[in-house]
Amino acid sequence: MTNQANNIQKTTGPSSNDKFSLEKFFKIQDWNLLRLFIITVALFILMSVLMPEKFPTLKNFRSMGFQLSEIGIMGIAIAITMITGGIDLSINATANLTGIIACIILNKFAGPDVANPQVGLAMVLAITVGVIVGALCGLLNGFLVSYVTIPAILATLGTMTLFTGFAFVITKGTGFFGIEAFQFIGNGEVAGIPMPLIIFAVIAIIMAIVMNNSAFGLRLYLVGSNAKASKFSGINNRAVLMRTYMLSGILAALAGLVILGRTNSANPDYGTSYVTQALLIAVLGGVDVNGGYGKVAGLVLAVISLQILSTGLNMLLFKYSGANFFKMFSWGLLIILFMIINFLSYQRKQRVKKPKPA
Amino acid sequence: MLKKIIKTNEFFVAMILIVLCLFIGILNPVFFTLQNLFDLCRSATVMGIFAMGALIVIISGGVDVSFTAIAISAMYITVKILLALNFTGTVVVAIALSALIGLIMGLINAAIIAFFKIPTLIATLGTQSLFQGFLLFFIGSKYINNVPDGMLRFARTNLVTTTTSSGAITGLQAGILILIGVAIIVWFILRFTMIGRGIYAIGGSREAAERAGFNVVAIQFFIYGLVGILAGIGGAVFGSHYKQANPFDLVGTELNTIAAVVLGGALITGGKGTVFGAILGVSLVVVINNSLVLIGVPSEWQKVVLGIILIIGAGIPAYKNMMAEKRLKANLSE
Repeated sequence: MTNQANNIQKTTGPSSNDKFSLEKFFKIQDWNLLRLFIITVALFILMSVLMPEKFPTLKNFRSMGFQLSEIGIMGIAIAITMITGGIDLSINATANLTGIIACIILNKFAGPDVANPQVGLAMVLAITVGVIVGALCGLLNGFLVSYVTIPAILATLGTMTLFTGFAFVITKGTGFFGIEAFQFIGNGEVAGIPMPLIIFAVIAIIMAIVMNNSAFGLRLYLVGSNAKASKFSGINNRAVLMRTYMLSGILAALAGLVILGRTNSANPDYGTSYVTQALLIAVLGGVDVNGGYGKVAGLVLAVISLQILSTGLNMLLFKYSGANFFKMFSWGLLIILFMIINFLSYQRKQRVKKPKPA
Repeated sequence: MLKKIIKTNEFFVAMILIVLCLFIGILNPVFFTLQNLFDLCRSATVMGIFAMGALIVIISGGVDVSFTAIAISAMYITVKILLALNFTGTVVVAIALSALIGLIMGLINAAIIAFFKIPTLIATLGTQSLFQGFLLFFIGSKYINNVPDGMLRFARTNLVTTTTSSGAITGLQAGILILIGVAIIVWFILRFTMIGRGIYAIGGSREAAERAGFNVVAIQFFIYGLVGILAGIGGAVFGSHYKQANPFDLVGTELNTIAAVVLGGALITGGKGTVFGAILGVSLVVVINNSLVLIGVPSEWQKVVLGIILIIGAGIPAYKNMMAEKRLKANLSE
């Protein structure tokens, strides 16, 4: 678990030809990331001390690995749109719609029979079509935000209703069951490592490279920090936004496929709290809600710390029926506390920068 | 004058609403029966009360998604307290208590938003989770299938009654009076008071409002406190209408209300919006949600229709705005 985080952090850390020194490391890394890392480690130690027999076990790490993937992917999806100064509220609706369409394809081409030779083909087809559906959903969002210039929160609120509506129309309000073979994506293991965790790690690494080292990533940050400046420096803002929302849609679709694999079912109204959680991850991960800043490494740390918190609370409160509700309460508290800390530290920084006139 | 009216967003929404009503009514005359209209009013009451709160926040340039959590918490706690006290008195006490609890929660929102300048969407998403989690974990997560007597009597109070074809008596519930009262008060505040001007000013530009001498922190406390009160009142009316207290209700419907307000011409970026427009928007959403079934649209298509109308409703003003800006730029460069 923490190894995973370290690996990802390394890929996004200072470039390897810099001479490593602790001071330099902390200067280059922003404080937010360091603070988050400390929170993650502190939470981990706290839970391990509280439950030395149950928490720091391989079994627990593995079960956490199964759980954090889908919400982690959605967190990245919402975060990239927030970095451009927008937001994508339709991620969960996109994920559900994708899951349902993938379900139909799987059942049509493979059916319940595991030995069916078409299973592999059906799975490839389902994933491909799923990703295309996600891309189309994202393109619609991008079009509404960049060409029609609807504020992102409103545009994606509309498409969220629309996509959920499509999902209801397709399923007529009920849910669909997937096929057994597809469960490998959500419940399978490779060398003891949960498949969803592998998927999440691969996505996180790819996204970290895209955001930090590609021209597109640079443009994305520029559009978010100052749209006018980026326009006058020759960047096609609309094209960047279209691609960002498309990417967000594709990521949401992948999350939907992981959900389908893990729960072996697809419902039009599954996981309605995922948008809140994804937003929480983005905020905790240090994404600037006004756009222009946010790092994948921060998001990964945020996902891990949240998962430690939820699993830990579940274990601590397993005697009470309402452990889930306490989790909800603590998420809300966390999101607010973290925003307050961010605000106060920002204020202090401003004060340091601008010394009082004598 | 007439040209000015035609150009407003309210006129546009009113036209859509009238055309939709006529269309549904012609295809299925049941739509225009008194019973159906009473049902529509009943559905619009709670959403309308919430919409007044959402409207104020949106005019001030924010978004509040926590009001449903406030409403359900305030209502559930009120019902629990009054049932425990065996209180059988007037509904006014229930509404006042619920509004008071709502006010406290609203002030929590206000403190977070005003003192720490946290973006309203994120702050209220956080408090939504906080309030609902608090309610379900600390207060209770059990469904209560009766409400205090006062609320029951209130639900049975009809302003006008009519006999349906099957012989049952239905009527226009008195709750609609609360919506009318709330709407008039909010209209008055927005239109004629300094605080109202301040709300519009903050929505136009926070910086400018501050420099013009508005006390932004105080106004934000007023806004979110009032939203809390309205949510509490709406929650109490909701509990009365459905004669039950289900702690899982309402939360998740907040975006419908916000959509209705935006359809009614309020700018999500702030500075613009009217009570009349918001009421029209609520009516439109209520008609879509309740009456499409009457003309044979399967219920699962409702969300699709709502989504499309929302996108078009948000898209047209945004597109017009962009075009106007383009023209302005072209004029300036000449």
